[in-house]
Amino acid sequence: MTEMNMIEAINFTLKQEMEKDENVLILGEDIGRNGGVFRATDGLVDTFGERRVVDTPLAESAIIGTAVGMAVRGLKPVAEIQFLGFIYESMDQIAAQAARIRFRSAGNYHAPMVIRAPYSGGVKTPELHSDSLEALFMHSAGIKVIMPSTPSDAKGLLSAAIADPDPVLFLEPMKLYRALRENVEEERFTIEIGEANVVMEGSDITLISWGAAMAETKKAVQMLEENGYSIELIDLRTIVPLDEETIIDSVMKTSRCVVVHEAVKSAGVGAEISAIINEKALFYISAPVLRVTGYDSPYPVATVENEWIPSMDRIVREVKHVWELSLD
Amino acid sequence: MNWIEPNIIDVNPLQQLNEQGILTGETSISDEEKLEIYKWMVKARRFDELAVKFQRQGRIGTYAPLIGQEAAQVGSAFALEKKDWIFPSYREAGACFVRGTKPSSFFKYAMGHLHGGILKEERIFPVQIIIGAQTLHAAGSAWADQYKTNGAVSVAYVGDGATSQGDFHEALNFASVFQLPVIYFVQNNQWAISVPYHKQTNSQSIAQKALAYGMTGVQVDGNDAVAVYETMKQARSLAREGKPVLIEALTHRMGPHTTSDDPSKYRSREADEAWDKKDPIFRYRKWLEGLQLWSEEEEQDLNASIEEELKQAFNEAAETTTASLGEALGHVYEKPTNRLKEQILEWEGSGESK
Ligand SMILES: Cc1ncc(C[n+]2csc(CCOP(=O)(O)OP(=O)(O)O)c2C)c(N)n1
Repeated sequence: MTEMNMIEAINFTLKQEMEKDENVLILGEDIGRNGGVFRATDGLVDTFGERRVVDTPLAESAIIGTAVGMAVRGLKPVAEIQFLGFIYESMDQIAAQAARIRFRSAGNYHAPMVIRAPYSGGVKTPELHSDSLEALFMHSAGIKVIMPSTPSDAKGLLSAAIADPDPVLFLEPMKLYRALRENVEEERFTIEIGEANVVMEGSDITLISWGAAMAETKKAVQMLEENGYSIELIDLRTIVPLDEETIIDSVMKTSRCVVVHEAVKSAGVGAEISAIINEKALFYISAPVLRVTGYDSPYPVATVENEWIPSMDRIVREVKHVWELSLD
Repeated sequence: MNWIEPNIIDVNPLQQLNEQGILTGETSISDEEKLEIYKWMVKARRFDELAVKFQRQGRIGTYAPLIGQEAAQVGSAFALEKKDWIFPSYREAGACFVRGTKPSSFFKYAMGHLHGGILKEERIFPVQIIIGAQTLHAAGSAWADQYKTNGAVSVAYVGDGATSQGDFHEALNFASVFQLPVIYFVQNNQWAISVPYHKQTNSQSIAQKALAYGMTGVQVDGNDAVAVYETMKQARSLAREGKPVLIEALTHRMGPHTTSDDPSKYRSREADEAWDKKDPIFRYRKWLEGLQLWSEEEEQDLNASIEEELKQAFNEAAETTTASLGEALGHVYEKPTNRLKEQILEWEGSGESK
């Protein structure tokens, strides 16, 4: 066990995976000598050389498009998009190429690749650096989407992502890169993609969150527990595939659910979760599923971002609201 | 000749004012304009130094320094007319000042104010964060001007890194096919964050890329405000006739990429020193002094007045009350959707509006 923050855990994992398999290579902007703008790839070029740690020209579509070609031909590319907001540049290569190639070729080809990208607000970045865009990819069948919230989860899930035979989008909450340190198993391990983590068991209300939003959600849970609520907290960890079973089991037990995410409300992952509960556990719930989310606007300027991001206060309020709305 | 080898193209930068401040070419710039250009460059640099300092003190957010690129920015913007449009990246404070942007706007932008940044009246598009995206906007704007035959040109400012983006290539192709009144002004400052020019492209120059699109290209010493100005003037008249131009201004980003970047990770002080000798302001001042247009006393007066202006600008920005989230949400659509109205009400009622 070693104490690591999330960025160190990611750096450690990349190194470990590259040592394990020489077909793993990483590519992206400023990931070489500079070690990535967040230092996620720090030192890797010294260890593995420029053939496996590739500083590319500034072209996202090319980074993802070439990774698709590499992946189909037997390499294991781990591509970095410097900030998630820049991923739109490569939307065709991800949604229309990487995600579809298996389907389109009736299983003859597949693209086992990982795309890493930092996202999340609360760190006063310039425009387009903070957006949470996971719903776009949930809507693009053929790609998996992972969003860890702890250093250990980041490690186990990144190893699993690199081993996965499908394209995986691995989204890293910038806000949590250095926010917490914990003991992380050094030895290689994987966490199953698609398995949510029940962080805390409780009987009154199920709170579901993931990635960056876990920080405020955890604070809210503490506050609510102090106020006498028994909260079951679920960290989804993976958006696609979605761990429906854990969600449904929990909601059947608590009969109430609030989803917290940083992305905008409309057509967000929260809407999907709400629909699933509606379909599979309607007669077990005693209140509508509520969502605490970003507002339906582009991610805003720094002076108002803290009001935009779901705060502990908003989460607490919605949980109390659900409680009041309950039929039983 | 059937095979086109890359080295058949010989591109040499235009220079008119050399590193020692000696005019080696000709210029049409009047004495009054010569001084104006100088003052804009000095203002850009002082602003830059101050912005970096304020960021370090935590008084503004992330800032992208322009030091070293004053001649490229001021020389090019100064050659434009009021009716022209510019499409900047995040590093173009110098060019924007020439177009009328107040330093306080830039401070506000860096502080994350809703109303920070630049204005429509200045005919400047909002600061672009997505590398290269503005190249297509400039083509579209030029298209509109061509359609309206109003004689204006559009200028997109990009870095060398942006020339790797698909948008850039699509923009050049459209500009040329449709003969648009547009100028692509690439500040080749040698670096795209940590990636040096030679790893960005294998072309010997960016200017030569124009050839593939059937348009005119030129490389200019970007630290020479005189050559940049003259080149831009000429490009402007070509563009007006429907001959788009690609300009590569060779310059150097003397500072870090942004205030959160540490260049010692990827470049050496020694390599930078050769460029320091090409400082655009130093040579320009030498030239003015040689022409008896400038003195140490005037320099001090200028510095003092800029100092005062920038201090006031910062205070103005610092005293500006921040807009509320509710106001920000009112700018998503012309009329808020029902869902947004609901969210604004929810936000107002939430007690967080205090
Ligand atoms: C589409 C996109 N990808 C990546 C980035 C992150 N990024 C910001 S500036 C930059 C380097 C830009 O270099 P260049 O075009 O040469 O302009 P310069 O910064 O030198 O002015 C990068 C990679 C971005 N803003 N947009």
